[in-house]
Amino acid sequence: MIEIKGLTKKYGSFYALKDLNLSIEEGTVFGFVGANGAGKSTTFSILATLLQPTSGEAWINGINISLHPHEVRKQIGYMPDFFGVYDQLKTEEYLDFYGASYGLDAAQRAVLIPKLLELVNLSSKRNDYVDLLSRGMKQRLCLARALIHDPKVLILDEPASGLDPRARVEMREILRELKAMGKTILISSHILPELAEMCDTLGVIDSGELIAHGSVQSIQEKLQSEKVISVKLTGDYIEAIRFFENDPLVSQITEIQDRGILQFLYKGTEHDQLDLLRKAMSAGLPILAFSEEETDLEDVFMEITKGAETL
Amino acid sequence: MKELLANPVLVKEIKLRFRNIKSFTGLFFYLLIMGIFVFGFINLTSSISGSGFFRPEESFMLFSMLSYIQLGLILFITPGLTAGTVSSEREKQTLNILLTTAQSSFQIIFGKLLSSIAFLLLLLVSGLPIYSMVFLYGGVAPSQIASIFLFYFLTLLVIGALGVMYSTLLRRTIVSMISTYGTMIFLTAVTGFFLILSVSLSSATMGTGASPLSYFWACINPGVVLLTLLEPGFSDEIAQMTGIPLPLWVSYSIFYTLIFVGAIWLSVTKLRVNMNKYR
Ligand SMILES: Nc1ncnc2c1ncn2[C@@H]1O[C@H](COP(=O)(O)OP(=O)(O)OP(=O)(O)O)[C@@H](O)[C@H]1O
Ligand SMILES: [Mg+2]
Repeated sequence: MIEIKGLTKKYGSFYALKDLNLSIEEGTVFGFVGANGAGKSTTFSILATLLQPTSGEAWINGINISLHPHEVRKQIGYMPDFFGVYDQLKTEEYLDFYGASYGLDAAQRAVLIPKLLELVNLSSKRNDYVDLLSRGMKQRLCLARALIHDPKVLILDEPASGLDPRARVEMREILRELKAMGKTILISSHILPELAEMCDTLGVIDSGELIAHGSVQSIQEKLQSEKVISVKLTGDYIEAIRFFENDPLVSQITEIQDRGILQFLYKGTEHDQLDLLRKAMSAGLPILAFSEEETDLEDVFMEITKGAETL
Repeated sequence: MKELLANPVLVKEIKLRFRNIKSFTGLFFYLLIMGIFVFGFINLTSSISGSGFFRPEESFMLFSMLSYIQLGLILFITPGLTAGTVSSEREKQTLNILLTTAQSSFQIIFGKLLSSIAFLLLLLVSGLPIYSMVFLYGGVAPSQIASIFLFYFLTLLVIGALGVMYSTLLRRTIVSMISTYGTMIFLTAVTGFFLILSVSLSSATMGTGASPLSYFWACINPGVVLLTLLEPGFSDEIAQMTGIPLPLWVSYSIFYTLIFVGAIWLSVTKLRVNMNKYR
């Protein structure tokens, strides 16, 4: 359970984060989306006790991060957006060091490390030097490192950046496993579709302000007033275009010639939509199919951030 | 003690340092050069004097030279070993992760300090047999070797703590290096210069050799304090001249312990950000 109240970070007069309020249920996956410089890393750094907030408070599993940072550190596994590794240290030793840093004794570490390497698919690299691993491997190793003390909360800042498509899928699998283990996961990305699939709730941040928060679906609905409707026709377009043009709720009609499809933006409710279809049928338009396009989350994201910019 | 030595940072860094073959070649050459120097000196002086003997006065001279060489080694190597310990982690972007672990700030600082001076400690200790060869020839008391080693240890710790402190406070390793070397030079050359200045000043104005100010400059200068450890008579002279009966090494120990505590305290409190804005 994570509780954030009025969290603000100012650099001079610039707000990197402005009055953030959030509540994340235990055992859920929270996705944090925003363009570059939106304030995602700032938020995560504060939660990881690395950055002092200008004002506001946050609790992780009921522990106040400002008052008891040391206790908070035991609760969280943090993976920064950028990080380095030590030279001349082998993968196993790397994990061993961090295991010891959390007070695990040698016997515990010896049992845990092979398991963690297995989890992130690095068992074959256990005797390799960490600074020689590829970026994606380092990324996975860092995730294993963040898990070594079995934290209840994971704070992952763009864990999938720099990963190839296959590794991204694997990362998603790992996160799903972790979720099944009951961990609360905070994950950030500037790629919304990537998060939408695995997150229970999403927060969209722009210029330091949370502009939307809720389930993936509710965000989509809330932020999108217009839907895209496709109509598949046989034969005459002209008449169909004329018909749809007359409806005030329709805009931006485009034809996709080679597939015999008309597409337009529609502002009405589902009820209006039904009416429209009925009228089109009775007007004798040769309609084969009438459907609402699955909107791309990417488009939604572009729209949100664009909208916020013009405010 | 076991708690302290089971420090994760300490264990890791020692492992890394001694995995490196360079450390051992360094140690080997140090002992080699020291050995050649000692035996060369003994052979040379005994053949020059023609007696075939190595006399106690000569033995004492060799011992003094070795002592100053080792002090120089400590003063010049310690900043280089410690001034990058925290800042280099910051530069390599490993510090963030280290700071989010459950280690206390004191543990991290302590581990950093001890691991970075460990190599120098090893050099000093492994040179001890050659060093004490000298006292087989007389002229030097075993208690002197002990006190000089304690003096080395304190000096090493203090310069090391200053290095770690600068490394924590200043973001960049290069700036931290410069500051640490600067402080070391202040404690040796600058205090030495002021000592000479105040001695000549007071002898010009009052006709006597030294004032309390001279005492102050003398007691924080490792070179002068080493001299009093080598020549205990010199210490009595200073006491007479300045009217301060406290031996230099006592003041030195107090002063340097204070610096040590201050430097460690600053490092520990400044390592992490203060999360509590109300304090
Ligand atoms: N030390 C600092 N001094 C001044 N401004 C800063 C500092 N650190 C961050 N900022 C500013 O705070 C804002 C938020 O940065 P943050 O790193 O949180 O963005 P982000 O959402 O993580 O972006 P990205 O997707 O690029 O990682 C940026 O505009 C950045 O320039
Ligand atoms: Mg970021």
